[in-house]
Amino acid sequence: MTKEEALFTYLLRRADDTLILGHRLSEWCGHGPILEEDIALTNLSLDLIGQCTSYFQYAAQIEGKGRTEDDLAFLRIEKDYVNCLMVEQPNGDFGKTITRQFFYDVYHKLLLEALVNSKDEQLSAIAEKSLKEVKYHLRHSSEWMIRLGDGTEESHERMQNAVDDISRFIDELFYKDQVDEMLIKEGIIPDSADFRAAYDAYVTEVLEEATLQLPEKMWQLSGGRKGVHSEHLGYLLAELQYMQRTYPNMEW
Amino acid sequence: MKEINITELERKFQEKIDNDIKIEPNDWMPEEYRQTLIRQISQHAHSEIVGQLPEGNWVTRAPNLRRKAVLLAKIQDEAGHGLYLYSAVETLGADREQTMDDLHSGKAKYSSIFNYPALTWADMGMIGWLVDGAAIMNQVPLCRCSYGPYARAMVRVCKEESFHQRQGYEIVTQLAQGTPEQKAMAQESLDRWWWPALMMFGPSDKDSKHTAQSMKWKIKRHTNDELRQQFVDVTVPQAELIGLKVPDADLKFNEATGHYDFGDINWDEFWQVVAGHGPCNKERVAARKRAKEEGMWVREAANAYAEKRAKRKAS
Amino acid sequence: MSKKEWPLWEVFIRSKQGLSHKHAGSLRAPDAEMAINNARDVYTRRSEGVSIWVVPSNEIVASDPSDSEELFEPSQTKVYRHPTFYDVPDGISHM
Repeated sequence: MTKEEALFTYLLRRADDTLILGHRLSEWCGHGPILEEDIALTNLSLDLIGQCTSYFQYAAQIEGKGRTEDDLAFLRIEKDYVNCLMVEQPNGDFGKTITRQFFYDVYHKLLLEALVNSKDEQLSAIAEKSLKEVKYHLRHSSEWMIRLGDGTEESHERMQNAVDDISRFIDELFYKDQVDEMLIKEGIIPDSADFRAAYDAYVTEVLEEATLQLPEKMWQLSGGRKGVHSEHLGYLLAELQYMQRTYPNMEW
Repeated sequence: MKEINITELERKFQEKIDNDIKIEPNDWMPEEYRQTLIRQISQHAHSEIVGQLPEGNWVTRAPNLRRKAVLLAKIQDEAGHGLYLYSAVETLGADREQTMDDLHSGKAKYSSIFNYPALTWADMGMIGWLVDGAAIMNQVPLCRCSYGPYARAMVRVCKEESFHQRQGYEIVTQLAQGTPEQKAMAQESLDRWWWPALMMFGPSDKDSKHTAQSMKWKIKRHTNDELRQQFVDVTVPQAELIGLKVPDADLKFNEATGHYDFGDINWDEFWQVVAGHGPCNKERVAARKRAKEEGMWVREAANAYAEKRAKRKAS
Repeated sequence: MSKKEWPLWEVFIRSKQGLSHKHAGSLRAPDAEMAINNARDVYTRRSEGVSIWVVPSNEIVASDPSDSEELFEPSQTKVYRHPTFYDVPDGISHM
């Protein structure tokens, strides 16, 4: 594996995380629990779709085979999508969407803060721009975690269930293989192990304020980074790819 | 309280309107003026949020990343516009929740166009080009409406909406100049949306019961038929330019009037759709109702938390 | 409590340094932090702002409109006639 190949795979992981999470959030469009929140969720989605576009463009450039950002986003087979499992989980109720968002946002912010220092200028620039957006995402999801966790009995129960469910996907966020090892050595990406403690500390702090609890260590699921997904992703891709698959080779 | 001379107040009120002085929330206004505004602005607000739904259908199926982002931003604007308008309704003493409940119960109306289904990607273009185009034609004069909060909301809406119609026309143009399949998709979509778009301007002037009074109050600046004619006049050349055919055998430019003559609108269909019998009326209202019901626990929780926190602060 | 909707807030935005905050509109939010968040999402979608103020609408005091002097004794009034400023007992609808 060359450095370029490693970087290409890494960029796809970033791109797919943001694409799939952005897609999930866009499913809320028009259905939010109140008009103000409908607008907020769409903002998150727009940010993430913008971010994935930057990553895909850079990945296409690194690959150098003439594929575009849209080819990469819309025309791979399921096995080639390398997003983590957390982001592909269905929206569920608003509480589950927020919980998924929260657990991902904490990671996302810490990652970007470190990625800003990448020796790769283009990656650093994408991280810097994304970080501004993601700081707000985290503020938004943290405040909702607290309000819904410490709201009514019903909201508390819904949120605790969501935490139990989504926390099964936390370890995968910190997954590492030779792709990561190579890029860490080159100073292109940070070692995610370095911010695991910060992740746990922040999560605990917010959950405490929200009167919620992380469950006793749950069996952790993984596979996304290698292209082994949950059953949910196939349906998502069927929608995402519908136009490109039905009408191949056309401009829109 | 002193003696109230209603006739005198009404005279002063109309004098203000005639002099183009805006009416503001706390100013005296005839009850009928208030009710007309509540009805019109809330219909407008409902149209924005119900209008999110046909397009929302296609967000997850948009053909590329750029189109996806633009479509999302546009639908988000519609939610924002709904919000500005509900705020304007509230200044008239109508509660947003009550207003929305009227939508859910079928008591309040919204633009009948959104009761038609969005079946293909071309429909995203057609909605932007025709539906937003018609909406803009309606809305631009409303920026000069006599009621201050409504006029201000419309200034904001019009400013933000300028890109909506362009992006729609761009989608349609891309299709019309694309492969034969794409061109057929665009034509088929125009065939379905053309007549409903003309119906968006509302009943013909002779059947419009509110027009005269609304014009006198400067809530409305042009009649339905005037705006409809204006729409036909600007839109037909846009269709011709990209090689699409407007589905109206009677459409013909009239040299004498300088306007297009066009065929009869199917008013039976219009009134049926308004009455709730269009292809998607039930789905649209059900989707809004479901959003409200499923969001209930969220709104309650946030309230409960705010109360708890206020108590903690106080103690 | 259950059926109570979120309170209304007025939003003021400073569009750039050196200008004063200007009334942008209103929105609903359960508390001040969320009102700020919502204001950012609703009223600065096209990055129109550098600073946001939110004020509970029912805290704003307004002067009397000039032409109603013959109607009412001079008094301070609510800024708008928002119906939610007035408490209505549970169970009453269509008011």
